[in-house]
Amino acid sequence: MDGYYAFMLVSTAFVLMMTVPALALFYGGMSRSKSVLNMMMMSFVAAPIVGILYVAVGWSMGFGGDGTLFANPFELLWLDGVTTDNYVYVMFQMTFAIVTAALISGAVADRMKFSAWLVFLPLWAVIVYFPMAHMVFSCTDDSLICGRIGAQDYAGGTAVHINAGVAALVLVLLLGKRVGWPKEQMRPHNLTLTMLGAGMLWLGWYGFNVGSIVFGSTFEEDPDAFLNQFYSETGRTFANTTLATFAAILGWLLIERLMHGKATSLGAASGIVAGLVAITPAAGAVDIEGAVVIGLIAGAVCAWAVSLKYKLGYDDSLDVVGVHLVGGVIGTVLIGLLSTSEGAGGVDGLLYGGGFGSLGDQTLGVLVAVAYSGVLTTVIAVAITFTMGLRLDEEDEVNGIDLAEHGESAYDLHSGSSGSGSSILAASTSTKTEGVKA
Amino acid sequence: MKLVTAVIKPHKWEDVREALETFGVTGMTVSEVSGYGRQKGHTEVYRGAEYDIALVPKIRLEIVVDDADAQDVVGIIVKTAQTGRIGDGKVWVSPVETVVRVRTGDTDEAAI
Repeated sequence: MDGYYAFMLVSTAFVLMMTVPALALFYGGMSRSKSVLNMMMMSFVAAPIVGILYVAVGWSMGFGGDGTLFANPFELLWLDGVTTDNYVYVMFQMTFAIVTAALISGAVADRMKFSAWLVFLPLWAVIVYFPMAHMVFSCTDDSLICGRIGAQDYAGGTAVHINAGVAALVLVLLLGKRVGWPKEQMRPHNLTLTMLGAGMLWLGWYGFNVGSIVFGSTFEEDPDAFLNQFYSETGRTFANTTLATFAAILGWLLIERLMHGKATSLGAASGIVAGLVAITPAAGAVDIEGAVVIGLIAGAVCAWAVSLKYKLGYDDSLDVVGVHLVGGVIGTVLIGLLSTSEGAGGVDGLLYGGGFGSLGDQTLGVLVAVAYSGVLTTVIAVAITFTMGLRLDEEDEVNGIDLAEHGESAYDLHSGSSGSGSSILAASTSTKTEGVKA
Repeated sequence: MKLVTAVIKPHKWEDVREALETFGVTGMTVSEVSGYGRQKGHTEVYRGAEYDIALVPKIRLEIVVDDADAQDVVGIIVKTAQTGRIGDGKVWVSPVETVVRVRTGDTDEAAI
């Protein structure tokens, strides 16, 4: 039991690291040099805004009793009635809320007003994420996806990845394309940051998936059953998380090499994330062969799916839809084929002799997640569009959102300059300005 | 005096510099430039999207030489930078009226 408590503390810190700084680095490297700081800031502000709100009402909406869509928001307001020895579970769930909201930001790179993002975050957390977390993670009798439909989702294929992916799609459709897209090539400005971020996401994901164990009985009720489940299930989820990610890297690189001629480092980094996304719902449900199959399919299909935006004309800038929505759907639905009754859900999928029951439940779970997130994110985003506006001024966008929204540029290679133009001319201009002020 | 300007492939630049130094050229101005000629750039596929890359990176050399050396310098550049493939670049020669060395005030041939 002491071991489990220590494990939860570590898992929680790991999942927080997924947002700050892992996701910020992953997305920051993929964005252009004039917008990397804004991209990273969107993750860095998601943590405090969603985090404080989670403690205020999020935990209560998720776990403050029963309900189809959400529990009583006032039952455990500000953790009233929650003892401090349970705080670690609150913190663990809080980190999920933070990373889910931050995931959306990659789709809106370069062009969303920072103020609009700051307003979108709390609205989306309360209206979309907290209820979805209840439907999936609370698993009371009435909770829609876990309780009523009975879909398996170990760590958030629906609540986290499909949810964030759908929200990202809604936002890019309302925001529109970046100036110059798709004619102008908008390559990642620093892939070493992206690969570092992808590696740190992978590390953090062990907290995310393995830490998501839910026990059938408490340690006090039945120590042997508790420890048996702890040992066997964490071994399964750790191995599955690892193997699916390995397979997804290879799947992505293979498809990329066949379709476009080169295996890229961006493909390897994206493959890591695609594999992790797809195994998230299935980490407890499948055996290691199943994990390899899920990873391989997710890597290959997502590698193809990221080119859809060019055919369909939506500017999902850093491929949040192509990786998180597509990968989340793949992992969640494949449980219906590959689930084993020896796993955490105790259900056999179609290929393991369990019939179509599980496949139906998983598909329905996906549809509910897509519909809920799609409709309510649209309501929030439309409301912001017609009040304060979502989109940055075109001139500011072209000059760079870092300077426009934060007054900074990431790569100021000469002191005292405003960050643009050639070094000698910029430096002499700014010296003159400082002289005038003094 | 003549100004020899050459636009060549970047990977040939070191060879050209060595050959010119061996010949006796004492200085030059070099810049990284981009442009296109009859090959009209190329297409590139990245992350599922095909792009027309209009501009190709090149190195531009500018060398001021005595009238007598101009054709030799051009010959060395062409011989050294040539790969026989598309995009090898161009060399052209233009007349120069006056040259002044900033440090001493020397003019023309003495300033080269």
